[in-house]
Amino acid sequence: MTVVERPVDVRSGTIGTSPARPDGVAKAQGAFEFSSDISADGCLWGATLRSPHPHARIVAIDLSAAWKIDGVAAIVTAEDVPGVMHYGLISQDQPVFASEVVRFVGEPVAAVAADHPETCRRALDAISVTYEVLEPLLDPEAAVDGSFAPIHPAGNVIRHQRIVHGDPAATGDVVVEGTYEIGMQDQAFLGLEAALAIPDPGGGGVELHIATQWIHEDRGQLAACLGLPVEQVRLVLGGVGGAFGGREDISLQVHCCLLALRLSRPVRMAYSRAESFLGHVHRHPASIWMRHHATSDGELVKLEARFVFDGGAYASTSSAVLVNGVTMAQGPYRCPNAEVDGWAVRTNHLPCGAMRGFGAVQACFAYESQMDKLADACGLDPVEIRLRNAMRTGDELITGQPVLNVAPVERCIRDTDALPLPDEPVGGAVGPDGSVDAMKLPGGAGLTAEASDIVRGIGWGVSIKNLMYSEAFDDFSTARCRLADGVATLKFATAEVGQGFVTIAQQIARTILGVDEVRLDRIDTGIGSAGSTSASRQTWMSGGAVDAVCRAARERMFEAVGAAHGVEPVQLAVDGTDVVDTMGELRIPVAEATAGIEIDETVEYHHPPTEALDENGQGNCHTAFAFVAHRAVVDVDPTLGLVKVVQVATAQDVGRALNPLSVIGQIEGGIAQGLGLAVMEEIIQVDGEIRNGNFTDYLLPTFLDMPEVVATLIEEPDPHAPLGAKGVGEPPTISSTPAIVAAIRDALKQVDGVGKPLTRVPVRPADICL
Amino acid sequence: MPAYVPTTVEEVTRLLAEFPDAVLLAGGTDMMVEINDGRLRPAGVVVALDAVAQLRSWRHEPASGTLVIGAGVTYTELLRDPPAMLAPALAEASRTVGSPQIRNAGTLGGNLATCSPAGDGLPVLAALDATVTLASAAGRRELPVTEFMVGVKRTAREPGELITEITVPVVDGWQGYAKVGVRNAMVIAVATACLVVDRAGRTVRLALGSVGPTILRCPDAESSLAEAIDWETMTAEPDALSRFGELASAASRPITDHRSTAEYRRHAVGVLSARLARRAVGRTEVAA
Amino acid sequence: MSGEHFTLHVNGADREVRDSWLGESLLDVLRDRLGLVGAKGACEQGECGSCSVLVDGSLVCSCLVMAAAAVGRPIVTVEGLATPGAPTDVQQLFVDAGAVQCGFCTPGLVMAVHDLLDRVAQPTETQIREELAGNVCRCTGYGRIIDAVRQVAVARRDRTGSAP
Repeated sequence: MTVVERPVDVRSGTIGTSPARPDGVAKAQGAFEFSSDISADGCLWGATLRSPHPHARIVAIDLSAAWKIDGVAAIVTAEDVPGVMHYGLISQDQPVFASEVVRFVGEPVAAVAADHPETCRRALDAISVTYEVLEPLLDPEAAVDGSFAPIHPAGNVIRHQRIVHGDPAATGDVVVEGTYEIGMQDQAFLGLEAALAIPDPGGGGVELHIATQWIHEDRGQLAACLGLPVEQVRLVLGGVGGAFGGREDISLQVHCCLLALRLSRPVRMAYSRAESFLGHVHRHPASIWMRHHATSDGELVKLEARFVFDGGAYASTSSAVLVNGVTMAQGPYRCPNAEVDGWAVRTNHLPCGAMRGFGAVQACFAYESQMDKLADACGLDPVEIRLRNAMRTGDELITGQPVLNVAPVERCIRDTDALPLPDEPVGGAVGPDGSVDAMKLPGGAGLTAEASDIVRGIGWGVSIKNLMYSEAFDDFSTARCRLADGVATLKFATAEVGQGFVTIAQQIARTILGVDEVRLDRIDTGIGSAGSTSASRQTWMSGGAVDAVCRAARERMFEAVGAAHGVEPVQLAVDGTDVVDTMGELRIPVAEATAGIEIDETVEYHHPPTEALDENGQGNCHTAFAFVAHRAVVDVDPTLGLVKVVQVATAQDVGRALNPLSVIGQIEGGIAQGLGLAVMEEIIQVDGEIRNGNFTDYLLPTFLDMPEVVATLIEEPDPHAPLGAKGVGEPPTISSTPAIVAAIRDALKQVDGVGKPLTRVPVRPADICL
Repeated sequence: MPAYVPTTVEEVTRLLAEFPDAVLLAGGTDMMVEINDGRLRPAGVVVALDAVAQLRSWRHEPASGTLVIGAGVTYTELLRDPPAMLAPALAEASRTVGSPQIRNAGTLGGNLATCSPAGDGLPVLAALDATVTLASAAGRRELPVTEFMVGVKRTAREPGELITEITVPVVDGWQGYAKVGVRNAMVIAVATACLVVDRAGRTVRLALGSVGPTILRCPDAESSLAEAIDWETMTAEPDALSRFGELASAASRPITDHRSTAEYRRHAVGVLSARLARRAVGRTEVAA
Repeated sequence: MSGEHFTLHVNGADREVRDSWLGESLLDVLRDRLGLVGAKGACEQGECGSCSVLVDGSLVCSCLVMAAAAVGRPIVTVEGLATPGAPTDVQQLFVDAGAVQCGFCTPGLVMAVHDLLDRVAQPTETQIREELAGNVCRCTGYGRIIDAVRQVAVARRDRTGSAP
């Protein structure tokens, strides 16, 4: 158990303060180099040819016309892949290029390199692929029941997971059930996929500058496909314009390196927005049936559930998304008995994988909708039903795993409830002429309504999220610290995707080492893996690694000071920017203490091992948990079906806010993505073809859609966390969605006493008013 | 050089006479989307209209009671007075166009030339009985906007012609615009309506957008409301307002696509129309 | 390639553009031909605002400006606002207020905020939201950006001593 140190001072830039990002000014000035900004002398451009069919056999590929175009330097297909032909995060089932069969609209079939993107575009147009169109598998249920012939050698079921816990025959006095659907959401990071591959002279290796979430995982998959030893493939993190799960999988990495190695010239690739929608995985659409049994007092007795996640054409992380969904089906509530079945299946839709919340999002929309139903059935209000069932430290999940972390669910709910409701009525304050601010009404500048047309609703969502990786995965992060002349230099491979790890890494070093200046080395594969920037894990994992390596460096410093001054190192401590003898008078600045010496330490931080699930879904499969409550206030136009989210209040279990401003940024940003899923964001596919793969039609929340967020940080440092801090990235996204939908339901119920079930997200205007 | 940046209408029409297939570029907010997406590749000549000062100005002609808007006037300019005061519904529609960046670039002439059924300014022009002026090397012609708009992205503009002006009557009476989109800003219309209540002419004009192949006028709804209005008090009974909405719905010819369903569009355009009528001639100040 | 040659006036200097293709956007010309990568491309449709620049003093999406048609019009990009390392008040307060996360939308937003505050010195919250609605941010949920804009407005008012 780690003793959590509170900073003895509030020295600027240490833990608990909110110093500026080290890359902030460069970003604000447009000088920060994103992966799409990186070029090299003599570099060519690459582009990808993609399948127009959701399911088809490739009969022939004719490259002859494309080769004739001036400026075309290389064309590669599956035949040109020197190493293994497939990649994938958990199972390697996705081809670098389709060779016999294409399985989704947008699957890569070939790539070209040319002198200019325009030449690439013309070359792609000139490649002729003859397809024999096959019937696509578009209904996930047909994959579950086996009625559709396998569309992949690995079969149509990616994973089935069953959970049986307690007494499956138990029943409750009150039973509520429902079927819920979640649409396919896109991460929609703004910085499109882009990379620059620079081949080594002689072609023995390659250096890839890439925006990604896990450079070491990319390297392993990449080296295998390129047929190169891992050490010959070096990755450098290019500036990352957001990620949210969408950069965990391989997209253009192999194609770009393949072209560069083939040509012995640097090649850069950059996706357009339309291509990006095809080129990365999305949040799984899901269909979830749940039946909750409870006592008449509203205490949960049993949960029955059935999950079907549509994984699309390739596995990606579907099996882990499924496990997150089914193992967190109970939500942050005690539930002694359960019977849950879940499937992640393959279809000819776009492949799905990681997105912020990772399976917990889908489950939460279902269980929170059910909790409101249960509250109704028991005559309780939404807060009371949740308080009665709120999980506490030591309670068991339906996997039999005890929740050993701080579990302040009740406090999350109570603190959220205590936050003030919006002080303005519908439409904002009434002006002297009796008018309201139209921009504050649903419909905004569209002037669709008067304030009297609008009904205000309030809804709740509370959630649980596992932190870090699960199911016996050996999860670790590596950090190196050099300390000399009062300056610390940190190196790690942690992907900075915008979340601000670079800031807190500096804060940790300042706090532990008593230095002011903390330099950050380039983020690349020149050090051990940091794991992925996902699963809300980097503050804990890479923060833990930086914390540990700084402590190791500090020990070396104490040894040096002790030797020089005849003091036992164990007596020494850092106080502000000084090394002090806690038993004596010695006090010297860290800069002096480290003058002329070179300390260089590297540490790997592992979290405690987890277990696989057994056939009944039992086992301690998760590492740690975080909790959050959301209360949404939504103004609804019941006749037109338009909504305006007015406020989201939240109290989040953060353990300890290492950088409060960054935590607020994660909370607000996560809620925006939860709001998007609640009321506007969905990739629409018809017959396997995406219909809205652009920002005109895939709608992201704007300044006028995102409400004020009022937040309370619940700081109960977690004794299991290296710094007491829990990951904060995912929880805001998870229960904000059901809270907003519940608020819409609440408003509609006020209209006619009945309301609408709203069992599908995103909620569309027609769902509200027709 | 294939990209021309002329400064006068005469230069433009001369260029059009020489290159009848030239691509005319106004604010670029529609055309550049096509080009960036690879759907359009200008092969010959592009004539950019930004620098044509005459297209970028507007004038109020009190004698004829009209506001004459150059085709290159931007939405941002239409949002400011005096144009906003003279054609308030046009200002309301302009405020719903894209974002400030789009409104700074996009022009009313470009909106007409693209002639999307979702064009935000178009229902207003239709409800105001606006007139479109076209110029070519052969001269000028004028035609009513409802005749100019022929179908989905199809207009009566002939090769060699340039939209120079849009003439909008300054109406004595109420006018207003409403638009439904799925987001509270920067959104393509799912349904729009513009209502003009002409006090002097004792007529009502309603135009609907995004619910048909082009902008639709609604003669049945118009006459029904005109008959129901007490022109002395400028009010109408609630029943007449809902009847007006129903007739608007009935006049719509919407489709189902990825943005919405025909059923919702038909419903929404009726609600919008009834609410506009309520704003115009409802019995209470803040209608219930 | 249609080999368009023209001169653009960018950040106060004449810049030759050679071998541009007809129809190439100002964004691509700035980034790929003039090496000014501060304007970012994220949607190619004018829907995200990441590529915002000033043309003729007017805030526009450079992805929707045809470069060859922008001759003779002064263009200001984020690189033209201040020298590297000497941020403007907007840029500095974006950093200090936590308005920057991944930073991809930031240059475009900085352009939009400068433009807004030049026109409306003390915007209301609704004005801030409406005027910036064309700039999409996927990381922040906008809260810290609004705070940064408010802080700039207050600081400028305090500096000039003018009435609110």
